[in-house]
Amino acid sequence: MSEELLAEPGWLSEEVKTGTTIIAVTFDGGVVLGSDSRVSAGESVVNRVMNKLSPLHDKIYCALSGSAADAQTIAEIVNYQLDVHSIEVEDDPLVCSAATLVKNISYKYKEELSAHLIVAGWDRKEGGQVYATLSGLLTKQPFAIGGSGSFYINGFVDAEFRKNMTKKETQEFVVNALALAMGRDGSSGGVAYVVTIDKDGTEEKCILGNELPKFFDQ
Amino acid sequence: MATVSVCQYQPSGFSFENCKRNALLEADCAKFGFNAPAARKTGTTICGIVFKDGVVLGADTRATEGMVVADKNCSKIHYISPNIYCCGAGTAADTEMTTQIISSNLELHSLTTSRLPRVATANRMLKQMLFRYQGYIGAALVLGGVDCTGPHLYSIYPHGSTDKLPYVTMGSGSLAAMAVFEDRFKPDMEEEEAKSLVRDAIAAGIFNDLGSGSNIDLCVITKGKVDYLRPHDVANNKGVRTGSYRYKRGTTGVLTKTVIPLNMEVVEESIHTMDTS
Repeated sequence: MSEELLAEPGWLSEEVKTGTTIIAVTFDGGVVLGSDSRVSAGESVVNRVMNKLSPLHDKIYCALSGSAADAQTIAEIVNYQLDVHSIEVEDDPLVCSAATLVKNISYKYKEELSAHLIVAGWDRKEGGQVYATLSGLLTKQPFAIGGSGSFYINGFVDAEFRKNMTKKETQEFVVNALALAMGRDGSSGGVAYVVTIDKDGTEEKCILGNELPKFFDQ
Repeated sequence: MATVSVCQYQPSGFSFENCKRNALLEADCAKFGFNAPAARKTGTTICGIVFKDGVVLGADTRATEGMVVADKNCSKIHYISPNIYCCGAGTAADTEMTTQIISSNLELHSLTTSRLPRVATANRMLKQMLFRYQGYIGAALVLGGVDCTGPHLYSIYPHGSTDKLPYVTMGSGSLAAMAVFEDRFKPDMEEEEAKSLVRDAIAAGIFNDLGSGSNIDLCVITKGKVDYLRPHDVANNKGVRTGSYRYKRGTTGVLTKTVIPLNMEVVEESIHTMDTS
């Protein structure tokens, strides 16, 4: 008797993924987050305008990538936990706390979940910070990129990033990185969402496909 | 003589022990030509749009079992609450049960809060339940309704991810329907225009997808009113036979006729009363 493989139902294998490009960069006084907007299930795009920058708190956002269900659920759970935490400490939560909550879920359910969240925000203690939480690690970085499209822009961001850029330069840097990745990665596309967080507040912007910068696009 | 019984550790959640056995049985049966029964899927076209005063949900009415149509006129638009309805694609039993469970919970929630339920609440409940079952409940849903904050439309996938959009399509015919939406959707349409657009999108799915067919059901939800139009459009009329194969009485001549009465006598008569109180 040979070992039979378990037959998988068809819809089970067609999981909805955010094959994605996400990026978060610190600048002097805050952070800028950016993402594309494409969500795919198998080979078809199911949502071409999804905002993958999800608020965890007023001045803390996270960028979603990987399995859409896992990422959305983690973001919603951490949003709830941060709400409770901020009531308990009677103050705005630290970005480090938000990142730790995300890391705790990502690490504990490492085998079951397949989502990567980049947490970025501004708090009074440390200013603008970016944390990567891939596979349950927690590391603070000057900038972080994630998603399938990030592989195409590793060289670009390494070469072009400078510490302590101005807000405008950072926004331009983020938009350029997204445009380059969306141009080369099949699983990234649509529009670009950019969120800027600094001590004065949070600004959300959406850049339509035809307004993105063009690089050698014949 | 004491028997030592060890307490078996009962793992929680789904038990997949019988899957291997089933797979082996299926392989054995296939040698004799018997096929295992397939789960009935609603290979489907469902869609929804937000228009000026509310939402319009649309669905076809074919339910398939493998390559055979199991139900020519099944209802895929399910009631969730007086102001919220949900279309379901995927495994028919899963969509039916899931929507009934959430409808029941939402009614209790509505009684507790003394308010008409919100679409976002139904969305949260559905996505949390589907995520808990990690995609094993094969229900892909289009949820729409009008509440105190306005009209809302969500698409919910079997693994638990949701999208909030002005127009959504799901099911095997979703690509055909989405093509129609991407061409003709405009924000803030009038009701008649919206109904016509949804009808055309479902028709595209019915005629271009093998898993969808039969009629088009619509559900128009506005503030304070729900129009459940079933069927809205009978897209596929059963063909009318042009000739009759019935033979008139007397076509066959009768040669002889013999009548033999069967005499039967009543042997026993007993009356059982049923307790119907």
